[in-house]
Amino acid sequence: MDKPFAITLDVGSSRANHTGAWRTERPVYVDLLPPCNNACPSGENIQQWLYDAEEGPARYEAAWRQIMADNPFPAVMGRVCYRPCETACNRAQLDSAVGINSVERFLGDEALRQGWQVPVAAAPTGRRVLVVGAGPSGLSAAYHLTRLGHQVTIKDAGAEPGGMMRYGIPKYRLPRDILDAEVYRILDMGVTLELNTRVTDIQAELAGPRSDSKLSERVDIFKDGEFDAAFVAVGAHIGRRAYIPAGDSARIMDAVTMLHGMEEGAVPMSGPMLGRRVAVYGGGNTAMDAARTARRLGASEAVVVYRRTRERMPAHDSEVEEALEEGIQMRWLSTVAHAEAGKLLIEKMKLDETGFPQPTGEFEELEADCLVLALGQNADLSVLEGVPGVAFSDGVVEVGPDLMTGHPGIFAGGDMVPAERTVTVAIGHGKKAARSIDAWLCSQGGRPPQTPPQGAGNAYAAPAKHGLAEFGGLNTWYYADAPATVRPRLEAARRITTFDEVTGGLDESTALFEARRCMSCGNCFGCDNCYGVCPDNAVLKLGDGVYEIDYDYCKGCGLCAAECPCGAIEMQPEPS
Amino acid sequence: MPYQRIKFYQTGSLAVGNRLLAEDQRSVQSTAGRSNALTCGHRACQGCGEALGARYALDAVHRATQGQMIAVNATGCLEVFSTPFPETSWQIAWLHSLFGNAPAVASGVAAALKAMGRTDIRVVGQGGDGGTVDIGMACLSGMFERNDDVLYICYDNQAYMNTGVQRSGATPPAARTATTQAVGREPGNRFGQGKNVPLIAMAHEIGYVATATVADLRDLEYKATRAMDFHGARYLHILVPCPLGWGSAPADTIKVARLATESGLFPVFEAETGAVTSSTPIRHRVPVTDYLRIQARYAHLFRPRERTEVIARIQAAADRNIARFGLMPADISAERTGLPAPVPVTSPAGLGLEGR
Repeated sequence: MDKPFAITLDVGSSRANHTGAWRTERPVYVDLLPPCNNACPSGENIQQWLYDAEEGPARYEAAWRQIMADNPFPAVMGRVCYRPCETACNRAQLDSAVGINSVERFLGDEALRQGWQVPVAAAPTGRRVLVVGAGPSGLSAAYHLTRLGHQVTIKDAGAEPGGMMRYGIPKYRLPRDILDAEVYRILDMGVTLELNTRVTDIQAELAGPRSDSKLSERVDIFKDGEFDAAFVAVGAHIGRRAYIPAGDSARIMDAVTMLHGMEEGAVPMSGPMLGRRVAVYGGGNTAMDAARTARRLGASEAVVVYRRTRERMPAHDSEVEEALEEGIQMRWLSTVAHAEAGKLLIEKMKLDETGFPQPTGEFEELEADCLVLALGQNADLSVLEGVPGVAFSDGVVEVGPDLMTGHPGIFAGGDMVPAERTVTVAIGHGKKAARSIDAWLCSQGGRPPQTPPQGAGNAYAAPAKHGLAEFGGLNTWYYADAPATVRPRLEAARRITTFDEVTGGLDESTALFEARRCMSCGNCFGCDNCYGVCPDNAVLKLGDGVYEIDYDYCKGCGLCAAECPCGAIEMQPEPS
Repeated sequence: MPYQRIKFYQTGSLAVGNRLLAEDQRSVQSTAGRSNALTCGHRACQGCGEALGARYALDAVHRATQGQMIAVNATGCLEVFSTPFPETSWQIAWLHSLFGNAPAVASGVAAALKAMGRTDIRVVGQGGDGGTVDIGMACLSGMFERNDDVLYICYDNQAYMNTGVQRSGATPPAARTATTQAVGREPGNRFGQGKNVPLIAMAHEIGYVATATVADLRDLEYKATRAMDFHGARYLHILVPCPLGWGSAPADTIKVARLATESGLFPVFEAETGAVTSSTPIRHRVPVTDYLRIQARYAHLFRPRERTEVIARIQAAADRNIARFGLMPADISAERTGLPAPVPVTSPAGLGLEGR
């Protein structure tokens, strides 16, 4: 006993006392699916690229590459996407949604300024894929297939690539230098593009010039052919007509033709053709585009005639808003009953209990030199007609969950399959089809798939989704008050005389501000709160944003979970 | 606003850490190498506010003094749960004597260090509200009067929790404790009693007096660090919720403290030589019922019927704090703009004359 006076035991640390035994519930770090990612039709990992962008200029390229992993059109997206991510954003319930689209545009434009390219890392597979249609869906598929090592040839009927991005979306929403830059960045990766090449018979195209035997007798149309698989995405370019009783001299055209003509420079409706007063019939985004284009072409009056109310308009709210700012007039609850030179007969409608418009028998006249029909578009399905197994319904091609048509090896996507018709959805189809085609090609022998198929058989199946990160799971106290930034917009008076881009982009500092408004719902962003608030020092910090619960000492009080801003810690019952 | 809020849009300086900040802007608690003055294995209850507050404050003092510090502890929960013989949770030089004499022992330690010429070593005295407000009051007042070179920290959980939740001089009106049961005409603790030690400390005109809570780490660290800029007597009063005594959920410890400040019931401010120099504005004001409802010690205010007249008196006390300490500056958008808010300075005379 050589201990000091009155001391009988050695001094020890309380660390010998494992207080973890008190616990009935334990904190567990989770990764939840943020609502933005869940809503993105292109399947972008939005939260991840915002996280990268938050760190400032040094990480912008990493953020851009994260977008490019899913979507090769950030600069286009930043202009034309209807932002389902922002509609879903949890921050909307706190102050206003994060301007995800603004940040995407900034990153997309920054990539063009810096000339960032995407390398093809995969070894060539020797497989050849035909893509029919150089629209957003076809280009997206070509991009992803190329990155997977496949050889892609795109055939398109148009004079320039881009599909509806070029021939449907006016320049004031999507400047052509931006579109060209992003399209050619894909083509420069080694994609072969054949323009002015309308594919009328997919089977003949696949067989190639060397085919000799009768196509209908061939068991495998890919055998000895030019290609090993095909993705068809020809879009929906045929303006839907409606029967409208019309006088001989009534001038009627459809919006698709009008917008297409604008782009080709033919401008069939310039000045005298279009007239001074233009009526547009329909309530979708195309109707807004047509009316706003007419205004820019010199029409002093552009009137949108729609049979329901504004709330029921399929057009996106921002487009309606911008159209109204530009002096576009709206006639709600109206149908065109008769058209003749210089005027239209409009019948007033009223909504019945089911919200369907019913005629009232009340008529009025509307002066209009020209009627533009924007009543929706149909797909030209002739390219797939006669292909064994391919089925159609309601004017679109039937496809499985992997986007394969009824014929093995032939896939379809974009506006010609049943889905919402937006650029973002089409780009998402391209990605999905590329993965499915890759899995299908692998199932035909050759090599293991780049993206491992996880579904039954050989189909590609996405990994299981995580639980959704709900607003209620956040502790919003910790997010600094920060109202959204607003993108600059051209003044309405200047817009109607020019096709200059209406909406401007954010500069570097405002884009960074906007990225930092992200709340990182459901996924740790390294705020150290759990590490700080634990009264038992039972959260270990292994590095920036890397933590571990020390279950030897965690008493299970739940403070870390309660004070986690983003809801990335869950209390789970202690395993018995 | 006593310290510069970081103008930064995500969590700014509201969360413990921030991966986007430069090293020198980060909080002590966010650093992987913090000293953990109070380490694991202590026997405090789940969600103990005092264990948390003590580590927050002492780690900050530890950094400010480069580890050259001695802590003198009064009897109380903090002492009992951290040092059951022969174990200790303290990773700093630490001394315990009696319940009521911690300020006097701390004065003695400071005097001894001075005699030894070790003025580089700083002294911290600390205790709960029982040891500070009631039992140690005379020693504390003497330490203030002599202006001994000690920072005294009171971890205020508003009752004698260690011995079974008996009322202390810091127990708020209407709160139920073992000795102020929720029975009779005025259930719970009586109105018009108790002591406000931060104001008593200010009346001694010592160099530095401040209040803080475990809900605002950055503010707490700033004040513990700022206190070490002074020599002579200093006083730091930290509100530390007690899940056991307050009847709040262990996971709600920080939330309760946050609601105490956001309702105005616990004013967060700092003062130099008897005058308030700044106060922390309320960010999102809440009615006192938000604070009261989540604590079982106030359950009798809501069941079997809502005691609106009692709640109104508590709300009036919160409103008085807001007016008195300038907790709602005219420009409440200060937080949004990131600009410092104008803070009215109250004269020490005015503060001393207003009773509770």
